[in-house]
Amino acid sequence: MEEMALKRASSSPHIHAGRTVQGVMLEVIVALAPAGVFGVYTFGWRALLIIAVSVLSAVFWEWLYERMAKKPCTVGDLSAVVTGILLAYNLPVTVPLWMPVIGALLAIVLVKMIFGGLGANFVNPALTARAILMTSWVGYMSGSAYQMSVRGVDAISGATPLASQGGYELWQLFVGQCPGCIGEVGRVAILVGGLYLIVRGIISWRVPALMLLTLFVCTWLAEGSAHAGLYAILSGGVFLAAFFMATDYATSPVTPVGKCIMGVGCGLITFVIRRFSSMPEGASYAVLIMNLTVPLIDRYTRPRVYGEVKKRA
Amino acid sequence: MGESALGKTLTFRRGVHPHEGVGEKRATGAKPIEAVPAPALAAIPLLQHAGAPCKPLVKPGERVYLGQKIGAPDGFVSAAVHASVSGRVKGIQPRIIAGGRRVAAVILENDGLDEWDPSLAPLADDAGAEKLLEAVREAGIVGLGGATFPTHVKLSPPKDKPIDMVILNGAECEPFLSADHRVMLEEADAVLDGLRLAARIVGAQTLLIGVEDNKPDAARSLQTAAGADARVLSVRAKYPQGSEKQLIQALTGRRVPSGGLPMDAGCVVINASTAAAISRAVRKGRPLIERVLTVDGEVGEGKNLRVRLGTEIGEAVACCGGAKEGVNKIVLGGPMMGQCAYDLHTPVTKGVSGILLFKDDAPEKPLGNCVRCGGCVNVCPVGLMPLTLYALARKGFYDRARDAQHLMDCIECGACAYQCPARLPLVQYIRAAKGALRRAQAR
Repeated sequence: MEEMALKRASSSPHIHAGRTVQGVMLEVIVALAPAGVFGVYTFGWRALLIIAVSVLSAVFWEWLYERMAKKPCTVGDLSAVVTGILLAYNLPVTVPLWMPVIGALLAIVLVKMIFGGLGANFVNPALTARAILMTSWVGYMSGSAYQMSVRGVDAISGATPLASQGGYELWQLFVGQCPGCIGEVGRVAILVGGLYLIVRGIISWRVPALMLLTLFVCTWLAEGSAHAGLYAILSGGVFLAAFFMATDYATSPVTPVGKCIMGVGCGLITFVIRRFSSMPEGASYAVLIMNLTVPLIDRYTRPRVYGEVKKRA
Repeated sequence: MGESALGKTLTFRRGVHPHEGVGEKRATGAKPIEAVPAPALAAIPLLQHAGAPCKPLVKPGERVYLGQKIGAPDGFVSAAVHASVSGRVKGIQPRIIAGGRRVAAVILENDGLDEWDPSLAPLADDAGAEKLLEAVREAGIVGLGGATFPTHVKLSPPKDKPIDMVILNGAECEPFLSADHRVMLEEADAVLDGLRLAARIVGAQTLLIGVEDNKPDAARSLQTAAGADARVLSVRAKYPQGSEKQLIQALTGRRVPSGGLPMDAGCVVINASTAAAISRAVRKGRPLIERVLTVDGEVGEGKNLRVRLGTEIGEAVACCGGAKEGVNKIVLGGPMMGQCAYDLHTPVTKGVSGILLFKDDAPEKPLGNCVRCGGCVNVCPVGLMPLTLYALARKGFYDRARDAQHLMDCIECGACAYQCPARLPLVQYIRAAKGALRRAQAR
């Protein structure tokens, strides 16, 4: 002890809250798990296959890109796993297996890595990949792609809840007895996972709550019935988008007020797309559009600084 | 003001809770203060405060009394230093103090007699404000919470800034530390006396005391000592509750204007140990020659010790059973804002509120990306956006960080870096940027 040489001399603080990026991603994966289990239960084992292919290829593309670009390998932070899961959750169970592979390439390399990796992308990787897949292979991603057997629903149903307004009971939508993408139908499971993230302080309640509320209120006012409002938030990918897409760290505002704007904006744009465009579903595009406004939102919603003196006009 | 909040726990906006994790208040808060024997050799650095270094008043070979002034302040923002032992001046040698600065130090050989300087005398009870202020200045008192700003400067606001409130800072929001806690418990009367004297000096009528709600025993003992003179208010155990500006906000609802000082909000904030030192200076004529500090972390037994200034920190650590195997980091002060020492020979100075030994085995990793989680924005007590400041500081855009992002308002509490899941050195870069701007301005 006399001649204790100090190997560590650093600037304060000398302690840490303990949370790591990897830990955060792991909690997101845990929160996403119930919706995945629900998807496999509803659509069968093929759903699990799609999820596995999507996750493995996302991790593979990130590893390959960093190897080719001679950059330190970051697959250990688990963000590629999250992206892979989210991509799979946004695909119908009927897609051919090469689709999640291509989708993961787009999400990881085109959207995330070439902009600087985790945190530096400006749009949601999984949603952008889905949008590109959607426009490139319309047949695999819409219409007849949703002709699938759904547990709990008699016969093969063809119409998604959005395409056939009022075709399902609200409770059916809530527990996922309807066609849709792998991860979006288990809404009760998404809610559980989302609440877990809110309780753990990983995401803010502001974005999902205000997105759902805004869509509900807008639809209620437009249709004149609360049932229509509930039907709107319980159909399509709104739940998944509200809890897991619009809250993506890299592509959502960092300020509390900004998060509120993000939530309201997503809800509003979803409503506008569903009502006035030729597309049946708008939640994912709404999130992508709001992603582009995030730098602006952050700039104008800076918290008030302690003791800030109001500038004289 | 906090009238309506009486009886409730007050606090400021945002902040972090390091007490609930790794650095919870340890058992040291329950242990009485122990005195460390005076050292055989004391090294009294001539710079132990924020401001200009002192000029030495003694020469090698000279005999000094205990409490004799051996360094005279050079300028107004400076504080005298005194001999913490009686004996002979061995020489004036450089010493590395907390934070890594190398400063001249007067080395004293202790004769073991503890012979007080006969010229030191208590002040008369009816002494005027100016006499009191002079006594505080002569005693070399600085803020003992760690900032070491000379107390006489704090107590002499300009005429155009009237002070109506003196606040006792009993928050002690740094985890691990419990030195102030023990002082408030064991020397409540001296603490209150110091607070009343400070109020007399600045002419303030209201006395407020803020104590974190994890120290209810200290709050009770202060309330007993205060009687009807001062109100003890409970503030939430949250970091940085003991930051002057945050404490003022919690207790009074006032806000210190950006770029201003507590006096701009009509307040003076005094740390609990500092108040006790003021009382000793006035009532007993004793200058600041010792302080209470917490030794904790990887030591045999965590303790609160009364240590003479100039004692090597190693001697304090030895009183606590010595350092454990594998210790590779010494922090002087609290874990959130303390500075590292390079070895156990570093002398205890006025600002050393704690000696914490850590084992830091985490491998050095390259800096990762900011994931934009917004955690730093959620905890910043000032309302800054640390992630933006960090990005600007890394690129060297200091001017933009100052003009558009309020860089200079950062109080460097470190809540952002504490919270960051990517472990980015947020406050470290911000601190560096502030330093670079200050140096550029000085040039």
